[in-house]
Amino acid sequence: SPQVVWSMLGNRQFCSYKMTTKTQNFCRNEYNLTGLCNRSSCPLANSQYATVREEKGRCYLYMKTIERAAFPRRLWERVLLSKNYEKALEEIDENLIYWPRFIRHKCKQRFTKITQYLIRIRKLTLKRQRKLVPLRRKIERRENRREEKALIAAQLDNAIEKELLERLKQDTYGDIYNFPIHAFDKALQQQEAESESESDAEREEDDDDDEDVDKREFVEAEDSELSDFEDMDKLETSSEEEQEEEEEVEKKTSKWKGKMPLKGPARRKRPYIEIEYEEETEPSTKTKAA
Amino acid sequence: GEGSGSVPGDRTGPPAPERVLFPPTFSVSEIKNKQRRHFMFLRWKQQQRKEKLALKKKRRKEREALGDKAPPKAIPKTIENQRVYDETTVDPNDEEVAFDEATDEFAPYFNKQTVPKILITTSDRPRGRTVRFCEQLATVIPNSHVYYRRGLALKRIIPQCIARDFTDLIVINEDRKIPNGLVLSHLPDGPTAHFRMSSVRLRKEIKRKGKEPTEHIPEVILNNFTTRLGHSIGRMFAALFPHNPQFIGRQVATFHNQRDYIFFRFHRYIFKSEKKVGIQELGPRFTLKLRSLQKGTFDSKFGEYEWIHKRREMDTVRRKFHL
Repeated sequence: SPQVVWSMLGNRQFCSYKMTTKTQNFCRNEYNLTGLCNRSSCPLANSQYATVREEKGRCYLYMKTIERAAFPRRLWERVLLSKNYEKALEEIDENLIYWPRFIRHKCKQRFTKITQYLIRIRKLTLKRQRKLVPLRRKIERRENRREEKALIAAQLDNAIEKELLERLKQDTYGDIYNFPIHAFDKALQQQEAESESESDAEREEDDDDDEDVDKREFVEAEDSELSDFEDMDKLETSSEEEQEEEEEVEKKTSKWKGKMPLKGPARRKRPYIEIEYEEETEPSTKTKAA
Repeated sequence: GEGSGSVPGDRTGPPAPERVLFPPTFSVSEIKNKQRRHFMFLRWKQQQRKEKLALKKKRRKEREALGDKAPPKAIPKTIENQRVYDETTVDPNDEEVAFDEATDEFAPYFNKQTVPKILITTSDRPRGRTVRFCEQLATVIPNSHVYYRRGLALKRIIPQCIARDFTDLIVINEDRKIPNGLVLSHLPDGPTAHFRMSSVRLRKEIKRKGKEPTEHIPEVILNNFTTRLGHSIGRMFAALFPHNPQFIGRQVATFHNQRDYIFFRFHRYIFKSEKKVGIQELGPRFTLKLRSLQKGTFDSKFGEYEWIHKRREMDTVRRKFHL
């Protein structure tokens, strides 16, 4: 009898449909009307019971009576409810006539809730649906690895720098950047068609001018290089060999062209005599570069 | 002998001999004992390395001995060298391509009839990272505006955008709080490209970065877009930026295609001399991989696709690239 069932399952022993939480007990039975574990809403502990359930968008009224308690297969009787809300409520009423008030009321409440959520489903499917695309782990890993390798192969900084220099060469920047050497080279190229000797003479003159001044430099700056040291001795001793030395000095100047700027600050750290010459030499280097 | 029995547990023992003699049918993998097997394997590996080194030395000696007559050094094979030739590679002098490009959807841009105006938006409910990325992207691309999505359908946004004279629409898709997709749509009826976006770095995550990008219009560099498909994508990217780069700003946005991955970088450059340029990275960076190119504006159901990435057909060869 239902009392015994309830005293066993509900209170004392184990009911597999029962879920307890801190504040409440729930019933997981699919035919449960309210979802809570109560004496009045346990489908096992009541011999006369009814529920409303929906399947594929249609609502059904399920009923269980004492007469069929011995036939589990025919226990639950199913009635299809109409799609019209009011009519369905009337159908519930006429099917559950003479049934306890509690069950009738709860059935109608449940039915209302179900119709509400069905309406919501239909409305949402009309809006934008989010499509979930599963990631494939192997493919993701493969693509990440390939991306890393492509990044290394790309050498982005070099590529960008090359491209920018290309654009500079092709004059896309116009007159914004004037690089003196650049202009000098260009001027040279233009003058190449003209007399070569003129330009050579110009260059030689420049070298000679600087040479005279540089000669003094060599006396001090020679400390680091033994080869030049030897030349320095030669310079001091013989003047007849000046021409040879001029050539050598020319070569040295060409060597020094690159080294002087580097040695500038280093030179300044050295003592005394240099200070006098700095003022004379610095402008010369500048004019040379220009 | 040097068979398997001589080795038990004895790592610091006799070092590997110069020539190891094995019976002809012996293989290291047949030893059942793991320790011994491991040891023998290491010895075998050492031997292989020695042989390889000896071979290299011999070759080098031969090359030096030959001197001038030596054959030129072999060029190492890279994936780019071995790339499968793509028939749609664009020849710079191709007239048909030139004609196509003069009459496609980007013609008004390249004829300077339209000024680009970009709308940047995200998918629903963007997280902080995506929002910040959108803002930074908006500073990088001139004349761009960020709008929140708020659950609006793209199909309804697009006519409104066209009415307000936007030329391009960028939608950044987000998943699990990071941006992972980009939809770039050229608006008045232009092609729509869908990319997979990865390695997104916001400005604060870039090391040694410079100050904020200024309002100057940057230059654009497009590298390595060789095929027809690559060309059209390149034009799409170029159409995002106005035509008149302000060189005073010294900013450059680069789209570099390498093996079908498009790397985006934003730099500030300075010419230190005529042969040297220094670049400093500002701005966000990300990489894109093209997934599909659609002919009209964004329409997932009825659109006509020019190109979709089909994994089974296109990813079979390691050296085949489509962009």
